[in-house]
Amino acid sequence: MKTILYIVQKEFKQIFRNKGMLPIIFVLPLLQLVILSNAATFEVKHIKFGYIDKDRTSTSRALVEKFNASTYFDVLTNFPSEALASSAMLKGEVDVVLEIPHYFERDLQKEKYNTLGVTINAIDGAAAGVENVYVTQIVQRFNQNLKVELLQVSDQQIQPITIETIPLFWYNETLNYKTFMVPGILVLLVTMITLFLSGMNIVREKEIGTLEQINVTPIKKSQFIIGKLFPFWVIGMGLLTVGLILAKLIFHVPMLGSLPLMYLYTSIYILVILGIGLFISNFTETQQQAMFIAWFFTVIFILMSGLFTPIESMPKWAQLFTEFNPIKYFVEVMRMVMLKGSGFMDILPQLLKTLTYAVIMNGLAVWRYRKTT
Amino acid sequence: MSISVTHISKSYKKVKALQDISFEVKPGELFGLIGPDGAGKTTLFRILTTLLIANEGSATVAGFDVVADYKKIRSSVGYMPGKFSLYQDLTVEENLNFFATIFGTTIEENYDLIKDIFVQIEPFKNRRAGKLSGGMKQKLALCCALIHKPKVLFLDEPTTGVDPVSRKEFWDMLKRLQQKDITILVSTPYMDEAALCDRIALIQHGKILEIDTPQSIVKHYPKQIYNVRANNMYQLITSLNDYEHHHSVYPFGEYVHYTDNRTDFNPKDLIQYLESNNLSEVEIAKTVATIEDTFMELAK
Repeated sequence: MKTILYIVQKEFKQIFRNKGMLPIIFVLPLLQLVILSNAATFEVKHIKFGYIDKDRTSTSRALVEKFNASTYFDVLTNFPSEALASSAMLKGEVDVVLEIPHYFERDLQKEKYNTLGVTINAIDGAAAGVENVYVTQIVQRFNQNLKVELLQVSDQQIQPITIETIPLFWYNETLNYKTFMVPGILVLLVTMITLFLSGMNIVREKEIGTLEQINVTPIKKSQFIIGKLFPFWVIGMGLLTVGLILAKLIFHVPMLGSLPLMYLYTSIYILVILGIGLFISNFTETQQQAMFIAWFFTVIFILMSGLFTPIESMPKWAQLFTEFNPIKYFVEVMRMVMLKGSGFMDILPQLLKTLTYAVIMNGLAVWRYRKTT
Repeated sequence: MSISVTHISKSYKKVKALQDISFEVKPGELFGLIGPDGAGKTTLFRILTTLLIANEGSATVAGFDVVADYKKIRSSVGYMPGKFSLYQDLTVEENLNFFATIFGTTIEENYDLIKDIFVQIEPFKNRRAGKLSGGMKQKLALCCALIHKPKVLFLDEPTTGVDPVSRKEFWDMLKRLQQKDITILVSTPYMDEAALCDRIALIQHGKILEIDTPQSIVKHYPKQIYNVRANNMYQLITSLNDYEHHHSVYPFGEYVHYTDNRTDFNPKDLIQYLESNNLSEVEIAKTVATIEDTFMELAK
């Protein structure tokens, strides 16, 4: 026990003496949290909107006016022809082009039916999807107003039944993206920092040759490993704390669930990450190698964590793969506890899976660790 | 026996690092492994300190088998690797404390053992190890290797890259440690340090050439060596190498060590020959063999 304490103490001394490392551990992640949380939004604003009005009636102008009134669209120009509109899109001057056909107003009144052409620049698929939703919403609302105007007394009997949906966004009523991005980004930071630091730490001792000296001492494998990894567990928990404070103070993210539960889960989660880090350092000889392998896994874990793209939209095999992604569980738990106020029983499945993961990863890593070369 | 090595062989893929090595070191002995870089010295150290497992053969250190009882060896030997391997970002005192702790002891407990060495680095005890001079680093490393009062001390090229004064001091310290019943196995590429050991093993290409006391090894040298000097060193060496009766020609400081393959060698013949090769101020005198001469002869 005394030995472990001494190694922990030594490790902390080394971390705090490394002037280059301190800001990397504490300042950069928090900067990232502040910048990313403000930048990583799914809302698309200032969409460059162009239209081709072939009808030139009060109805068509009213439709264009709807887009003009929306805060999401910047109405640019009225293109005289389709060719001009498509060349403008090619140059990137417009993102969305609305085409109002000839006799739009007349056909609407006569046949109660018409079609609009919408062209969306889909170079950025995610943005295009969002833009499509906005356009549809505006056209639908326009449609409803129009119905009232066009309705005549004689039409009353044949008025079609319309079903309107009124969505309610539970746990995040205003669909504030920061509310769900901040917990996710916090997860990334805790993961990245603890994985990189633990992965490189033992390799560093290999690199500078101190491991050879340590290996010729009677120190036990477990003492050495615990002593080396415990400081990073503490740093991970510290990062979580600072991150939560920032989330509350800067982003006003609701924290409905219990904090102790969040800490309990995180304390187990960090064990998984430390296990992976140790595993990596078993198979690498230099810090550079360890860095690249750690980076490789983080990128896969992050992109498949459900943070940026929903897991539900992934193909079956990928969804299966995410079962082995610790970040996925952490993101889920953080969002559940913070936004929904989930209790212990609700996150029990994630907790058990993470615990199993931690036991397996650390078991493998310790088993692979050799005190000989 | 403190260290006993029997028929140890080790190869890395195609490279045979050690081939059938056997020797014994008595308790309290200062034993030197003398050989050039790449001779296999470090490999042998790593096997004896349980970091590496030999392909063939067996070895014991302080009575424990290097494979079966590796744990016992680790708590009873001190090892100082060739490369400085203490924590550069910890201070002298912290390094010493760290090693004392992981050996389950304290600085105070074995202070008398390291006192002679520690007093020399004590003025710098709050300085980080990375900021010490080469000689100081070696002294600190030696302190760390001694802190748990080991029975056997392994020093892998402890004086490589250290200035002559510090080297001399370092060997004086080893001599003193020897009197405290510590068996020392030291490797060095410097032939002059070999003479300071009780016994030495000359090693090259993973094979032991000879094991004996430095005095006997020198006595075994089969020929009479002559110091030869002339006004032009380079021309002297080429001329001697062209001389039909030469046996060996090695530059040695300001002289050339020359041996002849005739039994009735007369230095006057050689002077005549050299002067006919446009060399002047030729001097020839008898000299005694050194360990370096022996090594070169054996390695031939």
